[in-house]
Parts: sequence; C-alpha cells; structure tokens
Amino acid sequence: MSAVVEHVACTFCGCVCDDIVVECEGSEIIKARRACAVGRGVLTGRDSVVRRPTVRGREVEWQEAVGEAASILEQADSPLIYGLSSTSIEAQRRAVELADWLGAVIDTTSSVCHGPTGLAMQAVGEATCTLGEVRDRADLIVFWGCNPADSHPRHFGRFSLSPKGALTPNGRKDRTVVVVDVRPTRTSKAADRFFQVNVGTDYEVLSVLRSLVKGRDVQVDTVGGVSVSELRDLADRMKESRYGVAFMGMGLTMSRGRHLNVGELFSLVAELNEYTRFSVIPMRGHGNVAGADQVLTWQSGYPFAVSFARGYPQFGPGEFSAVDMLSRREVDAALVVASDPAAHFPHAAAEHLGRIPTIVLDPAPSVTASCARVVFPTAYYGIDAPGTAYRMDNVPIPLQGIFASGRPTDEQILDQIIEAVK
Amino acid sequence: MGALLTLITGRTREQAIGMHKGKGSSEYRRATSLVQMNPDDMERLEIEDGSLVQLRTEAGQVELVVEVGSLPPGLVFVPMGPSANVLVAVETEGTGMPSFKGIEVELVPTMSGNVGS
Repeated sequence: MSAVVEHVACTFCGCVCDDIVVECEGSEIIKARRACAVGRGVLTGRDSVVRRPTVRGREVEWQEAVGEAASILEQADSPLIYGLSSTSIEAQRRAVELADWLGAVIDTTSSVCHGPTGLAMQAVGEATCTLGEVRDRADLIVFWGCNPADSHPRHFGRFSLSPKGALTPNGRKDRTVVVVDVRPTRTSKAADRFFQVNVGTDYEVLSVLRSLVKGRDVQVDTVGGVSVSELRDLADRMKESRYGVAFMGMGLTMSRGRHLNVGELFSLVAELNEYTRFSVIPMRGHGNVAGADQVLTWQSGYPFAVSFARGYPQFGPGEFSAVDMLSRREVDAALVVASDPAAHFPHAAAEHLGRIPTIVLDPAPSVTASCARVVFPTAYYGIDAPGTAYRMDNVPIPLQGIFASGRPTDEQILDQIIEAVK
Repeated sequence: MGALLTLITGRTREQAIGMHKGKGSSEYRRATSLVQMNPDDMERLEIEDGSLVQLRTEAGQVELVVEVGSLPPGLVFVPMGPSANVLVAVETEGTGMPSFKGIEVELVPTMSGNVGS
C-alpha cells in the first residue's frame, strides 16, 4: 500500500526540518521530498525489519533482555548512562529517572559537542532568538567556527541565507553574511566576507573585536592572522546592523580555550545589544541534542555530566563526563541510548566500553552495539514512533509516528528497565 | 623525523552520508580515511595527491590517503571517524571535551607510496 505523508520532521541534525514530504510503500520510505542528501539517507535508508533484542549476540525475548540489562545495572558500582541526542525527550526523561534511581552518572553527546557552550552560558548568559526571527529579521549573519553548508545542509535555505522573511523580502540581497574560520569551506564560499583566523586564536580575535565594539584603542595591527582594521570594519558593521545573529560551532568548542572562546563570543553578542539587536545560536549537531540539555536541566539543574551517586545531582564536566570517566576506567557498566561512542570517542576512551558490560538502545547497527552485551533494536523516533525533539534554537518540534512498526520505543524499554530495577 | 603540522578534525557531508549507509560501508571508510593538505605543503614535502602518509600524535598513529584541500599552510584536516579517533587524546582540561582541533601532528610519507598506482 502506498501513501504520502506531509510535515514529517527529519531528526538528523539540529535544524529538525519539519516540512518533509515522504512517499511510502508498505513499511518503506521510498522518497523524502525537500530533505537534504543526508536527511534522505536517514529516512529512506531506515531498516524497517523488526528485530529481536540480543544478549551476548544471541536473539532473545524482549523480557529476557530487559532482565539482563537490569541485572547488569543493579550489580554495577559505577554505571554510566550516555548518549540521548537521537531520541525523544520522552525517552530522555526516563533515562534521567533511571540514573537517579541507580545513583548513576548520566552524560549526553553534548559533552563532546556543545558542552563548552553550556559552560559559557552558565558563566555569561545567552542572548538568543528563534530561527524564525533569524529568517524574518536578520540582516547580518555571522558563522563563527561552523560549516553549515556541510553539517546542516538546509540551514541556508530555510533560515539564514536565502529565505524571504517579513523584514527580509529580498532574501539573500537583504543579508550580509560573514564567516570566521581557520580554513575556506563551502560556507565561506557563500559569504560576503571571510576572515581566516589562525588555529587556536579565536579567543584573541574575539577579545580584540569586543574592544573595537567598545571603541577602545587596540595596540596591535594584526591578531590571529587578521588585520585589526578589517576587524574594526566588522565591529562597525555589527553595530550598524538592524538585527544581527551569530551562529557558532565546534571551531570554538573543540579548540584551545573551548568554553572561554564561547564565553568571549557570548559576551560580544550581549554587549552588541547596547547598539542594536544581536543574538547567538549554537549550531547543534544531532536532532535532539538540544532536548537532552533541556531535559537534563529540568530534571537535575545541569545540562550534562551529572552524577546521582550521592543521591542528589552533582555537575562535573571533566569528572562526570563520559570521555573522562571511560578513559580513567571509572565506569563498570554502561547504558548507551541512541548514540555510538565507540565510533566517535578518542580511541583510548572508547576501548573501555569493550571491557565492561554495555547495554545499547539503538534502531540501527552501531560500533558500540557490535561489542555490547545487550542490544535493543528500538523504534526510529519520528518515523516508527511519535515524540518531541528540540530544534537548535530550543523550539520543540512534534514528531509524527509514520508507521506502527512493532518496534518498542526507547521510552518503553527504559520504562521496563526502571520497573525491573525498582 | 617527518613534518610537524597542526591537525583539525571535523564533519564533512560525505562522512555524514557514509555514516548513514553504515559505518562498515565503503563510502564511510573512504570518507574517513583521508587527510586533506595544503597544496604548497604537499609540493614542499614531495607528497602526491592520492599517496599514503602516516600521521602521528601523542595519542596514536594512522595511515591515511592524502587529498588536496583548501587549507592554509601547516594545517591538515581529517574527517571525524575511526582514524581521527586514534589521533585524538583523551585529555579534556576539565571540560569533558577532548581537543579534536589544533593537535600537533607529525606527518611521514610511507614507503607504500601512491595507493592509486
């Protein structure tokens, strides 16, 4: 039986494009109109076969797998719950509940993504807006240390570069686009101005830019490989803009200075509001990584790297973050939900997952699942099951369940594990 | 002793598309097993497009295929994936975030030469 379903949300990246039209044949998606190349791959490449869970590679009944998972977690002295960026907020809530009950550490992919952004937010606050405001109002767009042309392919078309908005009726012609990066990228090729900074100098460049915005004298001619006179032009352009928005990415969070780089940008944006309206939006990678931050903050007060070991939540980046705990071998069991740390962590941290009993909830095969003790092939959120995901601007997007696939959701499996350990 | 350069890792569209075909797919392997270099650096070090080089950091070493990239001199780029993970150390400086960008790396041409030949 064929069907066409409109307003489907793609959960690949933080854009959560909810205007996708899918054509289905039986339980397969054969076309995903309006989706980018990556989103098309996610939607049409989904494995529609309902698979049974496995324990030590052997297929078992769901209840047996739940019992084994509960047994592993109950026996562990220092369990880690990790991932959560590619599942619904409903499942994320259950994961926090389970961590609380077990006295576990819970961390999300934020810690290797925009964790430093979270630290900067706590330090200096965040002047922000929605992507709808960007589309309708922004006449100056700055991309700092990010490359949405590769990582968020529809960001330009839906929000930041070419869409015609209420106060930007001519689309691209009404916007000035500035890119700051250490190398030319597909994004910089689309910009009006490109500032190529030296690796590891973002903090210095941002500090000088803050001084120039405030009209202070700067005693150097260049900073980070960029001429101060060019930065002075940028500072003036920022102050003269009607509505400016900075998007920032891993170029700031993953390089020397990390949260200090981000804090400097957030401070600059806050200070620009003395002259005009200016906002900043982190370019969130996974479809619901923003939701993971939201849910963990609602439930514990902190966005990632939270330990419930003492019976109350403690925040500890560097101490309770997954890379640190795994590399120090401080974890003796792991529950990984909707992520693949074995494929994305530094090797010395990932290899510890092979030494400890690991439980994986994931609709798709993964490197982590291939070495896990218990694997639950759960529903694809937003395709096999409804739910909610938070877009990169923290706007909640409702997700449809297109198929009644018969796969249990992450939320349902986590509920059953909670019941089993209580 | 090879050439001392600075390594950044990051996403690419090809790596993302390959990832969703499966991390065991040839597309993903190809997209994550390369190092992009500045063309002047390649000429200076007598490295040809498509040849194999070894990258060494304090965390580990891998062999990768060289590709000409739009990079400033002294900088090399490896897409996120299994090879990049070997080169990234676990130190997070109290933030939870390893240094995926700005890593000191030694680049050594390998004896196996051009993989396309």
